Amino acid sequence: MTALVLQAVVSGLLMGLIYALVAAGLSLIFGLMDVVNFAHGEMLMLSMFAVLALHGALHVDALLLLPVVALIMFGGGVAVYRLLIARALSVASNRGMVQIFVTFGLAIFLRGAAQFAFGGEFRSINDGWLSNRTVALGPVFLPLPQVAAGLVCLLAFAGLLALSRTEFGRALEATREDRDAVALIGIDRDRIFAFGWGIGAATVGVAGTMLSTFYYVSPSVGLNFAVIAYVTVALGGFGSMLGALAAGLLIGLVESLTALALEPSLKQVGMFAVYLLVLVSRPRGLFGKI
Amino acid sequence: MLRLEGVSASYRGLKALQGVDVAVEAGEVVAVVGANGAGKSTLLKTIAGQVATEGTITFEGQSLRRLAPHRIARLGVALVPEGRRLFPRLSVEDNLRLGAYARRHDPDRFGPLDLVFELFPRLKERLAQRAETLSGGEQQMLAIGRALMTKPRLLMLDEPSQGIMPKLVDDILAAVTRIRGLGVTVLIVEQRLAEALAIADRAYVLQTGRVVMSGPAAAVAADADVRRAYLGI
Repeated sequence: MTALVLQAVVSGLLMGLIYALVAAGLSLIFGLMDVVNFAHGEMLMLSMFAVLALHGALHVDALLLLPVVALIMFGGGVAVYRLLIARALSVASNRGMVQIFVTFGLAIFLRGAAQFAFGGEFRSINDGWLSNRTVALGPVFLPLPQVAAGLVCLLAFAGLLALSRTEFGRALEATREDRDAVALIGIDRDRIFAFGWGIGAATVGVAGTMLSTFYYVSPSVGLNFAVIAYVTVALGGFGSMLGALAAGLLIGLVESLTALALEPSLKQVGMFAVYLLVLVSRPRGLFGKI
Repeated sequence: MLRLEGVSASYRGLKALQGVDVAVEAGEVVAVVGANGAGKSTLLKTIAGQVATEGTITFEGQSLRRLAPHRIARLGVALVPEGRRLFPRLSVEDNLRLGAYARRHDPDRFGPLDLVFELFPRLKERLAQRAETLSGGEQQMLAIGRALMTKPRLLMLDEPSQGIMPKLVDDILAAVTRIRGLGVTVLIVEQRLAEALAIADRAYVLQTGRVVMSGPAAAVAADADVRRAYLGI
């Protein structure tokens, strides 16, 4: 029994790291410019298909594709900002609604495009370096892909933290604090916003790449992860990286334990219960600044 | 150095400037005075590129119209805005260093730091503090310091004395005189008529968006009409 609980705790935490990283990308963009990216799940989905396609074409392992996919997603994020978001932000009225519909429309478009390009069936990578391998940790057996994914997500968080300490990170923070005042000191906020989208998308790309080593890929795979990401961001506090990490781990843990205590199909009940509880008692989230 | 010809601007739906002509020569301190709502702040915002305008605005021969605000700042035109607009949750040091962010290729990027600390020693004592924890006067010093970090050739100050203890107002105005001594041209908007005219070479009097008088600061200070226009008596 204890082994079973321990197993659930560890695998829940590992999954939680993925949730946390997906949420970090969402939180970064939201914190920077108050735009909720409703296409975030589809960005995750796209990065998974990118791994699948590159793996199929080049026979290169997903782990080696990590920097490539991150770079592609960075470019994609910048493009989404320049082509869609910047225009949506420049409208004269109803800016909030326009932002929502633009990213929502992008989500539907991307899902349709993936369906068209890759078909609707579930696919997975079964011949990766880590596929079907496990590692024993005392009484707990852990699938190697999940362990690797958890480690990479932690490294990505360390990277985000390091970035926030750089001069660019300070400029990002300044833009988040007062987007008009940065122009007074010669900072091009459009460039900062574009970079923010690039980093947000690259972050989700890292999560997607690691996820693709053990999770099924389909055009709608992003939906579930997006919902969890919104909950994670709200739970951790909008714009807080540390909050996203803590909330992601908490959600992974609660989900895994709920599946054990009730039954796997009800695994999300616990997560939403915790969410409602935190929302009622502490509306700004665990680490919220607002 | 700076030339405005026939500049009109609307701010929040109101005509705030109507056919304004202003010229500032290199090395001068020029004051813009006038009652509340005369268009003083709009004038500075217009130069900084924050307000859509008609007319011509040139800085050292280059047109500023239709330039993005950050481009204007990079040309050497720094605005210390009303309300200061610091980055409240960043440290004093971060606020200052960010002033040099856009000059990444300048080998002496952080050179102006010494000047800022010399002008405002209080800032040096509070480097690690968040900007929001400073007093009003210290925040104004930081805002001016941040602007100096951009190495401006024209420094524009919008109501630097607003919400500040009288003792610190003197310090800040003394600093403005020092800054001018370093060859930086200053355009200052101020409610406090006497103080502003005391440090200025020339002055413009604005009334409901028009220049109603301009000339040497001493002459403007002595003019009875100005006192009436400005003080409303």
